[in-house]
Amino acid sequence: MFDSKQLQEVSEGQKLYDAAVEKALVKGPERKANFTTGGGIPLKRTYTPADVDNVDYSKDLGFPGEFPYTRGVQPTMYRGRFWTMRQYAGFATAEDSNKRYRYLLSQGTTGLSVAFDLPTQIGYDSDDPMAIGECGKVGVAIDSLADAEILFDQIPLDKVSTSMTINAPASVLLSMYIAVAEKQGVPMSALSGTIQNDILKEYIARGTYIFPPKPSMRLITDIFKFCSENIPKWNTISISGYHIREAGSTAIQEVAFTLADGIAYIEAAIKSGQDPNVFGKRLSFFFNAHNDFLEEVAKFRAARKLWAKIMKERFGVTDKHALTLRFHTQTAGCTLTAQQAENNIVRVGIQTMAAVCGGTQSLHTNSLDEALALPTDKSVRIALRTQQIVAYESGITNVVDPLAGSYAIEALTKQIEDGAWEYIKKIDEIGGMLTAIEKGYPQKHIQDAAYDYQKSIESGDRVIVGVNKFHIDEDMSERKLLKVDASVGVNQINKLHAMKEKRDNVKVKNCLEAIRKGAQGDDNLMPLILDAVRNYATEGEICGVLRDVFGEYKENVVL
Amino acid sequence: MDRKIRVVVAKPGLDGHDRGAKVVARAFRDAGMEVIYTGLRQTPEQIVATAIQEDADAIGISILSGAHEYCFKTIIELLKEKNAEDIIVFGGGVIPETDYPTLLGFGAGAIFGPGTPTTETIEWLEKAVAEKRAKEA
Repeated sequence: MFDSKQLQEVSEGQKLYDAAVEKALVKGPERKANFTTGGGIPLKRTYTPADVDNVDYSKDLGFPGEFPYTRGVQPTMYRGRFWTMRQYAGFATAEDSNKRYRYLLSQGTTGLSVAFDLPTQIGYDSDDPMAIGECGKVGVAIDSLADAEILFDQIPLDKVSTSMTINAPASVLLSMYIAVAEKQGVPMSALSGTIQNDILKEYIARGTYIFPPKPSMRLITDIFKFCSENIPKWNTISISGYHIREAGSTAIQEVAFTLADGIAYIEAAIKSGQDPNVFGKRLSFFFNAHNDFLEEVAKFRAARKLWAKIMKERFGVTDKHALTLRFHTQTAGCTLTAQQAENNIVRVGIQTMAAVCGGTQSLHTNSLDEALALPTDKSVRIALRTQQIVAYESGITNVVDPLAGSYAIEALTKQIEDGAWEYIKKIDEIGGMLTAIEKGYPQKHIQDAAYDYQKSIESGDRVIVGVNKFHIDEDMSERKLLKVDASVGVNQINKLHAMKEKRDNVKVKNCLEAIRKGAQGDDNLMPLILDAVRNYATEGEICGVLRDVFGEYKENVVL
Repeated sequence: MDRKIRVVVAKPGLDGHDRGAKVVARAFRDAGMEVIYTGLRQTPEQIVATAIQEDADAIGISILSGAHEYCFKTIIELLKEKNAEDIIVFGGGVIPETDYPTLLGFGAGAIFGPGTPTTETIEWLEKAVAEKRAKEA
């Protein structure tokens, strides 16, 4: 980015600076022998034009909205419109969650994000023995269309975009959403939203898998195809690094494993006869915003650039929208502390700034009490207000990619890009992400990083304010926490049984039989599942049939 | 202590958050214990069966899904049913402190919240197993 004369001057200046540093170090040493980012990238004392000598502005950065999209996916970014403020929420019953969504919408949230309970995420009805104790706990319990109708009651699905954190049974929940919209008189072509639908990171880091990889990939590519033809505004997948990072990975690993998952999905869809210029437009991503501000900003920029290059060079994609990495961000749950929980507001504020300086398309900010329980109304409001303060008051939204050109940011962006590229190459050598997961490759690397992180906290090398430094004695018993009552499970089961009495059980049986036949063959399963859902077949029934045909995934335990 | 401490680190229920369980399992192993990690989605029955079969001194339960009351209660009851109540039960995860008394009331030995150093858990477990063995001797 600089000519040789300028670099010569910098090099001379550097010598003087180094001498000055030597002197300063004699007077007093630095706080640490080695400085690194939160993810372990070595940091220099200061960065200069010499550190970005290998960065070519036009080739590596370009302008916002231009290849390789390092500086953002749109030309105007937040000068046009802020990111979507999307708070992940859901608990107890559909009625309770509907109330929370309407509260969030009334407070200025601009998109919904549904959290399902674990039985729903793993394809069990609320009355399944596997569901005991879990109903409504980490999200809302949805067994059938009847619950989904209540969940979205009085929420206009043609106006609100909805993200659903649902993976293995994504086709079932997407079908329910389509069916509710139909009842509201909204055609599926008008719907916008996202399903997470990212099974590979479930095997790697999150754990809500059901079926083995091969049929899981088929369900995913069936959804890609169905949505390309019927719901053009739907994000068919949210390829997620969030949970990989939460499981303990470094920033570089988060980018690398997420994009390697992305490559596996692209390859599977191409194999099923689809055009990456078409389905590629509806892929979205999901990243973590951790504490290390500079590293995180660089990470988002590096991820965008890498993905554009992968799509263009590896898959020959030409469509502009299919080249861009659009992403949702959530602040890092694993950085929240149970100790002096109010401090989490500040952590979330810093992470929000990183996500915004990194050019996110939507954002969930965590609530201060989430290291202890599901958030209360008040703590969710503070989390949303944090986004609104950054959006309306901080000023960082008035310039697109405001940190570009910082020597440190550009150098880190390049380092993360190169580091992630090394992992992606390694995964290619192993034979792709599916094989790498089978061999426990990403799992092992994440666990090693998680263990190192914990050890650095215990040695005091990494300071967590209020935990291993600046500790106080607190009485936690006074805290107001949200608690899901055990009666939720009982009521949900009663509702489920009453619904089963009322529906046309012959029709349900026929629909389930059609799904079984479809699963045994290779027809697209989406229309069959949609039909079953419209007739109030339950999620557990549909997934039960698929379990019969596909079998279940057994975790490869790596320690 | 002659015999190494044998501890089952268990993930009950449908919860997929295994970072804590795996970090703690490795810390136990590095502290010289023999660790049996169950992997995800274990029913209380499976966890108890593993602990008995492995002749474990203790079961460490990691749970972040809010289903802790059911899991602790069922596991401790099953141990009693199988005359294996000498096996120490302890745990951690996202568990509100207000629920600690309930879990301790079921018979859990200790609950370790977020931010607990692994050294603290290790020290507690070493002491608890030493006391248990002294009683048995």
